[in-house]
Amino acid sequence: MIYDFLFKITDSNIIASIIQSLLPLFIFILPFALFAVWLERKVSAHMQDRLGPMRVGYHGALQTIADILKLVQKEDIIPNEADKPLFNIAPVLVFIGSYAVFAAIPFSGAFIGSNIDLGIIFIIAASGFVVAGILMAGWASNNKYSLLGAMRSAAQIISYEIPTVLVVLTIIMITGTTNLQTLSEMQTGHFWNWMILGGPKFGIAKFIFIPFMIINFIIIYISTLAEVNRTPFDIPEAESELVSGYHTEYSGMKFAMFFLAEYANMFAVSAIVTALFFGGYQSPVGYVGNLFGIHWLIPIEQFFWFTAKGIFFVFVQMWLRWTLPRLRVDQLMTACWKYLIPIAFVNLIIIGLITVL
Amino acid sequence: MKEYFNNAWSALYTIFVGMKITFKHLFVPSVTIQYPDVKLQLPERERNRLYVNMDDCIGCDQCARACPVDCITIETVKGIPGEDLGKTSNGKKKALWVTKFDIDFAKCCYCQLCVFPCPTECIYMTDVYEFSEFERSNLIYDFVTLTPQEREDKKNNYAKFEAEKAAEKAAAKPAPATKPIENQETPKP
Ligand code: SF4
Ligand code: SF4
Repeated sequence: MIYDFLFKITDSNIIASIIQSLLPLFIFILPFALFAVWLERKVSAHMQDRLGPMRVGYHGALQTIADILKLVQKEDIIPNEADKPLFNIAPVLVFIGSYAVFAAIPFSGAFIGSNIDLGIIFIIAASGFVVAGILMAGWASNNKYSLLGAMRSAAQIISYEIPTVLVVLTIIMITGTTNLQTLSEMQTGHFWNWMILGGPKFGIAKFIFIPFMIINFIIIYISTLAEVNRTPFDIPEAESELVSGYHTEYSGMKFAMFFLAEYANMFAVSAIVTALFFGGYQSPVGYVGNLFGIHWLIPIEQFFWFTAKGIFFVFVQMWLRWTLPRLRVDQLMTACWKYLIPIAFVNLIIIGLITVL
Repeated sequence: MKEYFNNAWSALYTIFVGMKITFKHLFVPSVTIQYPDVKLQLPERERNRLYVNMDDCIGCDQCARACPVDCITIETVKGIPGEDLGKTSNGKKKALWVTKFDIDFAKCCYCQLCVFPCPTECIYMTDVYEFSEFERSNLIYDFVTLTPQEREDKKNNYAKFEAEKAAEKAAAKPAPATKPIENQETPKP
């Protein structure tokens, strides 16, 4: 819909698609990152009985903008012994990886970057890009801590991709679609149609699904948390062990790129969880637009619900970060290979059997 | 097998316990204060920047001698006879002009040892602790209330007085009978 609109005003499909591809970055990711960094600091502060940033703007609301201004002014330092081309490409690659994910995320009924049928599969594939970028950054920095961080990150992301994919597979088995837009449209109506509550089809199967869906949700939430390298799974950038892991050597705008990618990633995985289990952009209680017959209001409302759900899950990620201590490497691997993957497999088989029956 | 599920369950359960605790703390009023706007009440015997009340200082140099790091420098000149230097608040008569009273707070270790020997209790600790500077030389505080001109004057006066006295002594040796009486009256007005 947005694309058609842009096509109408610009009269050129190249310009229209360029604008459309930049839209999520400028109207969503950048403001979201500004907000999320501030939120993170506020949440962490209040959880520790502090106040956090208070001086720039109302309750420090403009703090992130001040930080960005500082980062822009910083000198861009490249270590002498670094592998320069790789070192420069790595942050861009990491950001591309997390930005590509946004192409297939349905923000509202009217706006999805690219409505591809393989939506969720594409997202999983594109997020694999990030690993390459992180490894590149760690290797090119020529610093043992960076390399260690990058190695850990690669090991972690690759292992945790398995439970994620297994859970996604169960959803695909139930709904029979990998298109996130269709998936969201299926969960329309009220919150009892959401996948976490068994999906839109009413019947005995729906109620049998509920406990498995909740387990599925927990598994995918934990494993996506590990994929974006957030505490308690932040061993790739464990400050107390590795300085700050793969981005130790970066400064200025390149560091900001990593940072932006991290927050974009946080929202991306929350958005995936939302789209798969919590109705995507669908409102839990119905639309004001439908009530009064104002139809152009519905996509806006949908956008609101989507961001609200996404930001809620981002908040939970922060909440977990300031609650749990970091896992050890062996605990990390145990959690994945001994707990998440077998449970996800059993879930997959049971749900498969139920759908067949 | 049972242990496996117990582990999984206790991991999940304890996460929720922890989350409950942190969530409660979200609404606990903060224990920190907004420092530059709000300040903590300092204890009564806090030791911060020194202050010297020059009206009471008699220039006895005791504080400078007590200081373990020698960060107080005092220079004094005697008042010439007849000059009124005023009194301290506890009634002592001042006899010396203090022409230099510098405390180098870059060296000061805030031990308070200089405070106790002072006979007139005019050097004491204040509650000012925010006095950082960009230049170390700015931390040398000059407490003397006299203007530089006055300081020079006092020094010159005394030097002149000394010189006069020396001259007088030299003159008085051959004829000690008459002159001193005359001389005593001259500086009076
Ligand atoms: S507080 Fe201690 S170091 Fe400072 S001036 Fe007094 S005697 Fe010297
Ligand atoms: S001890 Fe007191 S009176 Fe004596 S020089 Fe120091 S400040 Fe002045």
